[in-house]
Amino acid sequence: MTPRRRQRLILTVILFTGTAIAITLALLALRENINLFFSPTEVKNGDAPSNANFRLGGMVVANSVHRADNELDIRFDLTDTAATVTVIYTGLLPDLFGEGQGIVAQGQLSTDGTFRAEQILAKHDETYMPPEVENALEKAKTMKFHDP
Amino acid sequence: MIPEIGVFALVVALCLAAIQGTLPLAGTAVGYTNWVGLAKTSAYGQLFFVLIAYGSLTWSFLTYDFSVLYVAQNSNLALPLIYRISGVWGGHEGSLLLWMLILSSWTAVVSIFSYKVSNQMLVKVLAILGLISVGFLLLLLFTSNPFERQFPAPSDGHDLNPLLQDPGLAIHPPLLYIGYVGFSVPFAFAIAGLLNGQIDTAWARWSRMWASVAWVFLTIGITLGSWWAYNELGWGGWWFWDPVENASFMPWLVGTALIHSLAATEKRGVFKAWTVLLAIFTFSLSLLGTFLVRSGILTSVHAFATDPARGVFILSFLGIVIGGSLLLYAWKAPRIRSSIGFDWLSREIALLLNNVLLVVTAATILLGTLYPLILDSLGLGKISVGPPYFNAVFIPLAIPLALLAGVGAITRWKQDRLLRLVSELRTPFCISLALGLAWPFFGTSHYSLSAGLGGTLGLWAIVVALQGLWKRTSRKDRWRSFLSMPGSIFGQTLAHSGIGIFVIGIAFTSAYTIQKDLRMVPGEEYYVGDYAYKFEGVEHREGPNYRSEIGSIKVFRNSVQVAHLRPEKRFYSRQGSPMTEPGIDAGVFRDLYVALGEQLNDDGNWSVRVHYNAFIRWIWLGPLLMAFGGLISVLDPRYRRPRIRANSLTP
Repeated sequence: MTPRRRQRLILTVILFTGTAIAITLALLALRENINLFFSPTEVKNGDAPSNANFRLGGMVVANSVHRADNELDIRFDLTDTAATVTVIYTGLLPDLFGEGQGIVAQGQLSTDGTFRAEQILAKHDETYMPPEVENALEKAKTMKFHDP
Repeated sequence: MIPEIGVFALVVALCLAAIQGTLPLAGTAVGYTNWVGLAKTSAYGQLFFVLIAYGSLTWSFLTYDFSVLYVAQNSNLALPLIYRISGVWGGHEGSLLLWMLILSSWTAVVSIFSYKVSNQMLVKVLAILGLISVGFLLLLLFTSNPFERQFPAPSDGHDLNPLLQDPGLAIHPPLLYIGYVGFSVPFAFAIAGLLNGQIDTAWARWSRMWASVAWVFLTIGITLGSWWAYNELGWGGWWFWDPVENASFMPWLVGTALIHSLAATEKRGVFKAWTVLLAIFTFSLSLLGTFLVRSGILTSVHAFATDPARGVFILSFLGIVIGGSLLLYAWKAPRIRSSIGFDWLSREIALLLNNVLLVVTAATILLGTLYPLILDSLGLGKISVGPPYFNAVFIPLAIPLALLAGVGAITRWKQDRLLRLVSELRTPFCISLALGLAWPFFGTSHYSLSAGLGGTLGLWAIVVALQGLWKRTSRKDRWRSFLSMPGSIFGQTLAHSGIGIFVIGIAFTSAYTIQKDLRMVPGEEYYVGDYAYKFEGVEHREGPNYRSEIGSIKVFRNSVQVAHLRPEKRFYSRQGSPMTEPGIDAGVFRDLYVALGEQLNDDGNWSVRVHYNAFIRWIWLGPLLMAFGGLISVLDPRYRRPRIRANSLTP
């Protein structure tokens, strides 16, 4: 083997091992940082994790939004028409948050069954429905149809 | 009538692009010089007709022609003039037309400025650009016609998406697109080089110039996008790892690798096959970016519409371009020979390391961006990958990049000695460590070690870059040798210093930014950091196409007023959508940033988000410096040297 070929071989081996390690670490990081999505029905069925962050999506129930008098605390119900979960949040809401709007909340379930949100996401279009929420609504609809 | 002229012009442009993509190539094969001559003419003709199409759409916007569906969707009678002009690229169809216009412009510019490139090469380059044009014109005409009519025409249009009604947006997408599309030129050069079996110094020089120009525009485009998000989204952040941001960042990373690899290919004739592969990757990622953003498969502020036909079309186009070029690569690349060796400690190795880090970074971002889509399409559940993942993979890969940028630039080609490097780097190391660690003691509320280390890293990048410049001046006559230095050296120094400024910006922003959501009562004062925010209430105001609630917040420091912020909450009545316009007091070392939430009760209480953003301007200043450095490198006179004869047709 000529010295140049040997150098090339060594370089290739080093690069491949390095890249493989980087990708493995990335995959591990990925596993720890993905957020699963659950609908209120799935939460009520106990499918959602009790001590990990996840995303909860649905429609904000009309007349369910209650604000505290002196703080930024807010409480509202989120539904996929089959089940409803109460969400508690502190802070600014996105511009398009509103009753009847489809939103996604990110946070954790607490022991009393309410959902403590760290972040509320609503998209910038009044006709927009997050695809996850739309999907959850569809599912809930078909479920009702089979199980009246 | 005007919109029909637009459609007609697009059809003519399609025919010309088809000619440009086929006949001259056939001409070189069978020896018809007349056909070869068609390449440039059809490129100019294509630009002319695409310009007509673009002009027709702009005209329809200016004259409120709501019988054109796209115009009705993206403008209305109350829309100010500047947004009727920029509204042309406010939606999917128009932005594709802009893409097309930029592609034809690049093609024309390449055929004007490549008079020193061999005819063999130029004809193939133009043919490949012509074929890409064919793909995009077909996409425009068959799945995304911006001139589609509707009857009866509505009396008023919908409105331009309020997010896009900002001066920053008037320039952000065109710059980004010039960058994206610009990488089609080094791609075309790569394919032409493969076809000709000619990957040599002349080839690398031209590819490098075009890749650098594209890179400069992409850098400015991404920076403006970040600045726009900061100004317009009201979240106070500058980067969100949104899929669309990633879509522009991935080609940037691989494009950065490409211009560095091209430097090695040009100067030393090494990494030839790898450089070609990078050119293919960069353009593929640009196309993927277009696909991700425009197909609507991503839930994102940028996704305009969901239409499966478009998605299928772009996906197959993407498959043809990537698959075809990789096949060609597999076939031809084994014949490309890099003939020169190099030592283990040499600039070649440094550039290789730079390339590996950049490409791996892009790969991990690609993984995080596509992973949810792959899981979803396999029916394995809906997930999202958030900023924690991207930060976790990006930061460890970015630190060695910043560490090595300046070091690579002072390492010698072919062979260097470790002792020489160490003795050169000793002084910069001591300076940056001392200043960097001391920095957070001054002008901050508390000492942060991460800011100190980040400051050290940033200063290191700057000091090593400046030292490289200093060492190149001759001892006898510093001033004259400084002035006669090639532009590419200044460019490199500026760009590498830009990395340093960017790193300092990130380190200090993440260490010292304070964010608070407050409930504000009129007349009351609120403390955030050292600043007192006095809320004076909110008043109503009417804009041209929106209603606005505009707040008044005076900011005091040590009882001295430092800023009067006017955050706004706008309501665009036609679209029924609210918009947050933050009030910002910008500064070199800090931004004061407030955004209105909503009115909480009848006493005028509002929810307000208050930010103290430390050093955030540095995050945009750094990349701008990088882009400026790139620009200076491109102006280097070596790109204007006499034509190098390089018509070798080695099989």
